Amino acid sequence: MKKEFKVIADLLPNNTRVLDVGCGDGSLMDLLREKKNIEVRGLELDQKNVQQCIHKGLPVIQGNAETELHQFPNQSFDYVILSQTLQAFYNPEKVLKDLLRVGRSVIISIPNFGYWKVRAKLLFFGEMPVTKTLPNTWYNTPNLHMCTIKDLFNFCDKKNINIKKVVGVNEDQTSLIKKSNLEIKNLFSKLGIFLIG
Amino acid sequence: MNRKLEDIKKIKVSKPLKLDCGKTINNFPLAYETYGKLNKDKDNAILVFHALTGDQFISETNPVTNKDGWWVTAVGPGKAIDTNKYFVICANVIGGCMGSLGPRDINPETKQPYGLDFPVITIRDMVRAQESLLEHLGIKKLLCATGGSMGGMQLLQFCSTFPDKTFSAIPIACSSSHSAQNIALNELARQAIMADPVWDKGKYFLKNVQPKNGLAVARMVGHISYLSEKGMQEKFGRKLQEKADYEFSFNADFQVESYLRHQGYAFVERFDANSVLYITRAMDYFDLSKQFKGGLVDAFKGQKTKFLIISFSSDWLYTTKENKDIVIALNASGADVSYSEIITDKGHDSFLLEVPDFLRTLKSFVDSMYEKFKNEKRI
Repeated sequence: MKKEFKVIADLLPNNTRVLDVGCGDGSLMDLLREKKNIEVRGLELDQKNVQQCIHKGLPVIQGNAETELHQFPNQSFDYVILSQTLQAFYNPEKVLKDLLRVGRSVIISIPNFGYWKVRAKLLFFGEMPVTKTLPNTWYNTPNLHMCTIKDLFNFCDKKNINIKKVVGVNEDQTSLIKKSNLEIKNLFSKLGIFLIG
Repeated sequence: MNRKLEDIKKIKVSKPLKLDCGKTINNFPLAYETYGKLNKDKDNAILVFHALTGDQFISETNPVTNKDGWWVTAVGPGKAIDTNKYFVICANVIGGCMGSLGPRDINPETKQPYGLDFPVITIRDMVRAQESLLEHLGIKKLLCATGGSMGGMQLLQFCSTFPDKTFSAIPIACSSSHSAQNIALNELARQAIMADPVWDKGKYFLKNVQPKNGLAVARMVGHISYLSEKGMQEKFGRKLQEKADYEFSFNADFQVESYLRHQGYAFVERFDANSVLYITRAMDYFDLSKQFKGGLVDAFKGQKTKFLIISFSSDWLYTTKENKDIVIALNASGADVSYSEIITDKGHDSFLLEVPDFLRTLKSFVDSMYEKFKNEKRI
């Protein structure tokens, strides 16, 4: 989703140092480097994606975020980005803690399980939802810990993690999410993007 | 031995080199070869460091052995390191036997070949000796430096000792300090040589002979460690060598035996036994963190060089774990580092073979670094 990358880019100041965890083929890193003169680093599991990044001249380390974030020193990046991967980890809480250790701030995006179409699918059809943002079926999904925007919001509250900004995305529409509009935005956003730390 | 050592390109290094062992060498020869052309901006030079039994002949035909250069898979016209585009340099390490100062050379003090009077050298000594070559060729800053195995170890040392000499670096399948297992395997190789009566405490050259049997066994040890268990099983299995059944003898019944014997005895034609002792010793002594009181991170402090570390999944000699430790140290020092683990069954030897994912990664990185290097110079 291109819109997601645009929102993330807008959240980041120029000339910062950023680690993109699960950077894929480096599209976001490329954008940040070109448009904002950001010093980017990537961490990516898939060898083909790693090759793509190297081909684009983007520094990337092949590795698993679940087990290999420890190699990055404390507060060694201004921002750490985790795009739509939190729900796929065995232990998202531990990963989140590590992200907050490595970065001064963290940007996390999640596919929102609270989106109304997702809810409706389960409520009216009694089946696990398959949508554009959640394209896999229950038996082959990498997503182990689905959550809603509200869930992550509450989680941060409970763990005393400072929420600086939350943006909801629905196709091309974006909106700021606050405690006051959380219920409604949780229903109508396909994606939640959190700036925390 | 079919050697045409007098035709080899050499420089005489006049600057005295104080070795780690405390001795100093003067006016010594350093043999090298180059491929491609240095452009007028002098920004397309790539230095390759060779491995234990390698030499300066990386591409085309080795003029001494008449065989392919040891890295023809990666270096040459149109290859991953394209000699139509880049100027590629490789020097023979000191302690070696392809024209650079080594134990076979004449000791000026005794007028006899050095043999075991040759000083024990280190990886850092090798690297310092090669710096003179860059000066000779008029190259202030390399576009890239690379090397696998011991070549990668030299490269790590080179980046640490001369942090401004290369824009980018690709250490491949190496380690920042030799592991107990690797020291043990090297010791096995040395003991095989020294157990050969022909070796005669390193004085075999006086009779103009080689401890062939010991040297061949040393090479066989190496060859086993360069393959993976799976690769070896797939290549040889229990296949017999040109026979229908066991011979009930100790001849080479199995293909794998025949392969090892062939590799072992081919090696003695081109390599010097004492050189194996000296070079393996240099590898064993290599411990970059020891030079920085145990802190590998400090070895890379303030690095501007852009690194790409490559390891191979089935390499049990220089494991992914050891390569990752280098990545971790580089990361902790704040260096610009990329890392890729190539999935392959071909073991440590992978960097010398046609492994498409590896060669593609190598090419992508070198080409993107060339663009960056040119841009940086423009600014």
